[in-house]
Amino acid sequence: MTETAPVVTVSNLIKQFGRFAALRGVSAEFSGGKLYAILGDNGAGKTTLLRTLAGLNQPSSGEVTILGASKFHDICQQVGYMAHPSLLYDEMSGMENLAYFARLYGITDGTRCAEVIRAVGLDPDLVRSVGQYSQGMRQRMSLARALLNNPEILLLDEPFSNVDLHSATEMVRLLAGARDRGTTIFVVTHQASLLEGAADEFVWMEFGKIVARTRWLADGCGGGAPPRRDGAEPRHHTSSGESTK
Amino acid sequence: MRWSDGRLARPARRWPGGDARRSTSNEFTMKRAFPIFGVLTAILLSYALYMALVWAPTERTMGNVQRIFYYHVPSAWTAFILFFINFGASVVYLIKRKPAADIVALVTAEVGVVFCTVVLITGPIWARPVWGIWWTWDMRLTSTLVLWLIYVSYLFLRRFSSSGETPLLAASLAVLGALCVPFVYFSIWFFRTQHPQPVMGGGGSIDPRMLHVLLINWLAFSCFAFLVCWSRYRLEKLQREVDQAHAMESLRDPRGSVR
Amino acid sequence: MSAPAGITRATLLKDLRLEWRSKDAINSMLFFSLLVVVVFSFSFDPTAEESRQIAGGLVWVAFLFAAVVALNQTWARELRNQVLDAYRVSPAPANSLFMAKTLGNFIFVSVLEALMTPLFIVFYRLRALGPAWQLLLVAVLGTWALVVNGTFFAAMSIRTRSREIMLPLLLFPISIPALLAMVQATTAILNGEGARFWIVLLATYDLVFTTVCLLLFETVLNAE
Repeated sequence: MTETAPVVTVSNLIKQFGRFAALRGVSAEFSGGKLYAILGDNGAGKTTLLRTLAGLNQPSSGEVTILGASKFHDICQQVGYMAHPSLLYDEMSGMENLAYFARLYGITDGTRCAEVIRAVGLDPDLVRSVGQYSQGMRQRMSLARALLNNPEILLLDEPFSNVDLHSATEMVRLLAGARDRGTTIFVVTHQASLLEGAADEFVWMEFGKIVARTRWLADGCGGGAPPRRDGAEPRHHTSSGESTK
Repeated sequence: MRWSDGRLARPARRWPGGDARRSTSNEFTMKRAFPIFGVLTAILLSYALYMALVWAPTERTMGNVQRIFYYHVPSAWTAFILFFINFGASVVYLIKRKPAADIVALVTAEVGVVFCTVVLITGPIWARPVWGIWWTWDMRLTSTLVLWLIYVSYLFLRRFSSSGETPLLAASLAVLGALCVPFVYFSIWFFRTQHPQPVMGGGGSIDPRMLHVLLINWLAFSCFAFLVCWSRYRLEKLQREVDQAHAMESLRDPRGSVR
Repeated sequence: MSAPAGITRATLLKDLRLEWRSKDAINSMLFFSLLVVVVFSFSFDPTAEESRQIAGGLVWVAFLFAAVVALNQTWARELRNQVLDAYRVSPAPANSLFMAKTLGNFIFVSVLEALMTPLFIVFYRLRALGPAWQLLLVAVLGTWALVVNGTFFAAMSIRTRSREIMLPLLLFPISIPALLAMVQATTAILNGEGARFWIVLLATYDLVFTTVCLLLFETVLNAE
């Protein structure tokens, strides 16, 4: 698959809430088949950007193009979304949850649900309700829900928050696998170290703008780094590969 | 911080989203036309008041108390027109998403509620000396009460909304509220025919001189309503421009201080 | 079954199943309904002749209270884990969700009414002098009027502060014509008079508001 054609293009995105601008002119192009980690302090606009990509909020100005479509509804079948809340019903079991959400995507065979639950390392026959899961299990089930429709683009907002290390590394492994199969993945996270080695690019945000895009985690540590031009290949810094914070 | 094409690096000296020349022509309109229109409206209102209190013939049965009719009825008509404009502006906003339509909707709702309140206050003031009761379930009074409730709830929604798309929510509510109005009238009309109540003014035919005074007052009230709406519109527009300028300002320097 | 209808059905069944499983809401609602009837009986003397004449109003105000409490929890489960986001991101049409929720609320409120009605009949010794089947028609139309607007405004009040108070604040003014119609129709039937005008008004109201709510729901759902 061609790596040069951008699957997601964001052009001068501004999101204003009253007197506060959460996104202050974000412009970028993202190619397909890569795992992008979006990093930055609280209030940098990461979640706002991700939710705008997911069609959950409308920008005040600017444009978003995903897979060639400017309206989210046209390509919603190809997108998966996951956030820190589980987006699942606490009172139903994992399989029941997924069976319902599969219905929303027009998937009526139950084998897909079982398949995707197994893929995240959980048991499809577990009758325990999701509300009784551990946070790690719950987030993995949420990821399974996001993968139901076999999306080309995955948007994940803080998926590893409060998740145990085993579940988190398991999820990263899954994401890397999905990326290898051609899915484009955007992960907003505070735990950047989890994605080291798996992420193709680290996108640094600060005060509502993208300030840097680096290949390695050690290269951009917020503030001071010059902004990148749209679509430019990230420079490979000659670092010794040590991860410093 | 400069972007490669130099945009956003220049300080924004002009009102954002508007040509400098256009803003000054708007300023010109406001500075000249508004006071002129204001003076004309004041004259018209005084004239209308004189007509209502002095020139209009005294009503046969109710006496001078009836003169409040010239205050009560035009307020109601003005309120209805304003709410109709609110409906139109809300529909325009739902279809076209023009911010100006949203401001018009907000403004007409606010001023409409004020005129509705006038109707609801003058009603009892009129009813008490004439019929000895504070409230009659007269068709106009009751309908106005329901209308008042609907549009006050609209204002509450605007105040309490925590959404970024408040205009959309408000416009939806306005459409529902406006569609409710015919039902309000029909239901109260039928209720009234089943349970007849004292009718406040204008039951039968009206003396042509009284009609003349009524229409003059209506004109005066409409001009006054237009004046208030215009002023409020400008205020709201300026407020939004300030907010936007604030947000744009922070685009240049998010921390608001030296880095 | 077409796709949107299928989604409505799946959502409704899911909601009913969840409601049946937890049973917390339904149990407390049923007890609340009983309490409302008893409080009304103490407030409006059932033995007085006047009470018979206002029984229509009493019954519907009691139904209104119960409906508001039921409507307030319409979206509670969807908000708990931001499930609403999952729905909005999916290709499922917003109207399917709206119809499912409205039907679910309709069933829920009807169950409460079915509990309260015999109690009212017993406490107030009500007897229908007119055709009793018309009472059922009025109940269905009236409940639908409350529920369709209530579900819509419940979704709207998700986007507000003071969620629980905003729902009745928005619902009551717009429901006044329908409320008047329900009460007048019920009173007329109980007293053996004609209620045709009110029933037609109620049916028209239902038609108009269901249509408009369906047209506007998607806008409201996505107004974040």
